[in-house]
Amino acid sequence: MKRSASPRPALAVLGALYALVLAAGWIAPYDVHEQNRDLAWAPPTRPRFVDAEGRFQLRPFVYRQVERPGRFGQYVEDRSRAFPLRFFVTRPSTGRRHLFGVDGEARVFLLGADRFGRDQLSRLLHGGRVSLGAGLLAGLLAVALGIAAGTAAGFYGGWIDAATMRLGELFMALPWLYLLLAVRAVLPLDLTPAGAFLATTAVVGTLSWVRPARLVRGVVLSAREREFVLAARGFGASDLYLLRRHVLPQAAAVVLTQLALLVPRLVLAEVTLSFLGLGVAEPTPSWGNMLAALRQVHVLTSYWWASAPAAALVAVVLSYHRLASALQQLLGKPTP
Amino acid sequence: MAAAWTVAAWACAPAPEAMTAEPDRDERSGGRLVASLRAEPQTFNPVTATDNPSRTVIALTMADLVHTNRLTQESEAALAESWTASPDGRRFTLELRRGLRFSDGHPLDADDVVFSFQVYLDAAIASSHRDLLIVGGEPIEVRKTDAHRLEVELAEPYAVGVQIFDSIAILPEHRLADAYREGRLAQAWGLSTPPEEMAGLGPFQVERYVPGERLELARNPHYWKTDQQGRRLPYLDKVVFLVIPDKEAQTIRFRTGEVDVIERLAADDFSRLEASGAGDYALHDLGPGFDLHFLFFNLNDLEDGGDEDLAARQEWFRSRGFRRAVSLAIDRDAIVKLVYQNRASALASHVTPGNKRWHHRGLPPPRRSLAAARRALEGAGFSLDAGGRLHDAGGRPVRFSIVTNSGNSERVRMATIVQEDLRQLGIEVQIAPLEFRALVDRLTKTFDFEACILGLTVGDDPNQVVNVWHSTGNGRLWRLHRTRPEPPWQLEIDRLMTVQVTEPDGAARKGLYDRVQEILAEQEPCVLLVSPNVLVGARRGLGNFRPAVLEPLTLWNVDELYWQGNDAEDRP
Repeated sequence: MKRSASPRPALAVLGALYALVLAAGWIAPYDVHEQNRDLAWAPPTRPRFVDAEGRFQLRPFVYRQVERPGRFGQYVEDRSRAFPLRFFVTRPSTGRRHLFGVDGEARVFLLGADRFGRDQLSRLLHGGRVSLGAGLLAGLLAVALGIAAGTAAGFYGGWIDAATMRLGELFMALPWLYLLLAVRAVLPLDLTPAGAFLATTAVVGTLSWVRPARLVRGVVLSAREREFVLAARGFGASDLYLLRRHVLPQAAAVVLTQLALLVPRLVLAEVTLSFLGLGVAEPTPSWGNMLAALRQVHVLTSYWWASAPAAALVAVVLSYHRLASALQQLLGKPTP
Repeated sequence: MAAAWTVAAWACAPAPEAMTAEPDRDERSGGRLVASLRAEPQTFNPVTATDNPSRTVIALTMADLVHTNRLTQESEAALAESWTASPDGRRFTLELRRGLRFSDGHPLDADDVVFSFQVYLDAAIASSHRDLLIVGGEPIEVRKTDAHRLEVELAEPYAVGVQIFDSIAILPEHRLADAYREGRLAQAWGLSTPPEEMAGLGPFQVERYVPGERLELARNPHYWKTDQQGRRLPYLDKVVFLVIPDKEAQTIRFRTGEVDVIERLAADDFSRLEASGAGDYALHDLGPGFDLHFLFFNLNDLEDGGDEDLAARQEWFRSRGFRRAVSLAIDRDAIVKLVYQNRASALASHVTPGNKRWHHRGLPPPRRSLAAARRALEGAGFSLDAGGRLHDAGGRPVRFSIVTNSGNSERVRMATIVQEDLRQLGIEVQIAPLEFRALVDRLTKTFDFEACILGLTVGDDPNQVVNVWHSTGNGRLWRLHRTRPEPPWQLEIDRLMTVQVTEPDGAARKGLYDRVQEILAEQEPCVLLVSPNVLVGARRGLGNFRPAVLEPLTLWNVDELYWQGNDAEDRP
């Protein structure tokens, strides 16, 4: 069976996911910090079209969820009043527009609530910004460092090459999780969420420069001996010109594919750090610290909606791998 | 409602008043009990052990002269079969039981007792028990009058009376005298000590220790106690402690039957186990215990030229209005509900409601009012800017970090609720979970922290918490480093705590301690949060299981536990 080489389906999925998280401020109905303490672990709100009398309503509505007296985490719908779903609402507290919402004391939690009664959908979308953003930025950082190191090593050879490659081997030999933990321990206590995000991105990205570097080095090594490069050199072209015009474009394919393989790994690295409490901390959501709730086994069985970030991660990682696979077929496998 | 209710479907629950219930079978003996430890014990040495796992094990291998019954909180004769006290409360005469032997067969006599107290009071060894044996500034004097009689003299009358001897393990002189003479007693009885070199008077003795994995204790054939039928205790043959650092893992292994008793269940684990119903275990919610959780600020006097941000923030922390506002803003009911699933109580006093004898019922329950909090902040010179953020009188935005230990998810959740509550006041809070040892380092050595949420397990008697509330105490974590004078209310607390130590009249002593609770509730050097209920569980069929709210919660009467019915046969 011939596998389709088109990167388009994967790109479409990724594009949609990134668009969703970028538009989080608009799509998310609630603020990520807003705790509704009487709705802890509320299940997903069901938008309905058929009301209590059996009549069909064109505009979907929801019922309010009320906790069963004396039973923590169990809810019943209060069918006495229907709250119609409104679109393009302006929330009075922030003055901003949102895609949808409900009035009054009802809440529309399409993906349920967490243990503090915070809307999971809003947190998933905003958390996606952190996790996907960190992964992408870290990937770009890793690739940039890799290009610099690999080019220097491949183009100049000699002790630069030897030193870079030995250093790379050291990085690959060290267990990266402990490196991450060690670096985090050195950072100051009260990092702001933005600070934590940048620190996590920087740490994760910096530790991942080696593989792109080795691949770029390989491409550069083979490219620098090619005839057109030797010819250009014969014409008096400078190193920088050679690199920019002739050598590096050869590496573009490799770099792109590497990026597509690296980003999901780095997204998972950020998720792991935050899961362990060392990346982005509460209350700023990240898929990692949202998944930390699943450390208690019973949360997974009783409140299945808490695993939404895991489903999102699967979608992201699979799409990136499909993309990488398609790119490899399209652009050719990298030479080692 | 803090009702203590048992979830169990077993037909016979033992009557709480009976010392030992009538057996169903002729033979109660035998069987093995499996419990778990949260961490590896550090040592088997009763003199130097300070961590909970070590103390748990030592409570099973050692015995004291007079023991406090954990359920009734009354004193009971242990190694001392009787005692008399002088009218002025300064002298005790203790009569040792005759014919007692250590676990290695060596007889016990008054020399061992004298030796034990000599070791505990030795300043060079600096045992943690030493402070509790210093009354009126003088160490107590223990003299032997004959082979089985001792006289103890105190410099001043001591309010706790004979309870001073509780949990002071009597050491075997024949095993430790050499080590003491050579100055290496503090290092004796470490984890690698061969079990045959140790000897104790407790119901069990160490049989085998597999580092990092398990500790096996076998019954002590020379244990002094017998039951009402004259049978020598303990009933059980063996107690095994499994080292299970993770709370989640402990709960799972309890549910699957690998572990027979579990203490300090998390509230949601308790509800889960309860809901799944069909288990082979019984769960007990014993109501409020002696644990308390609180939020405190860094009120240490720091060196000049240190961290400027911290110094600036300390000005806020020192303001009573600021602390009051923080206390008024915190939604303790939400903590009780969301973190403990209603199995906890909001604290009005630093003495938890579980401490029935000393709890001051006259104190009003903590109030939550954001409006009052805002007024308190205004009164203290704080104001809100256009964006809703709080600033102090100097225009600095009010933000600080709360540290807590990352291993305790309940504290991290409490911190999240506090963070959101303070956000309503315009205060920005960051939560920084730290590994426990790193946290302790910051709290006690470097003083590099701003606020902290921590928990304490306290004993029942006021004397056991003197080191937490007295200005010189080493447990007063918010102000360990002092160069400036204490405020008048703290000096008053110091005075009251010192006076109550020697106050013989129970009612007067209660009055003094009530006043301490009132001052602490008014001034709030630390913001009290909640006290969780004590939640324990045991395998069905464990006879005489009568958990208490005082440590050790489930194993305080391990010498009386036995397996009912057919269970004894199934257990190797």
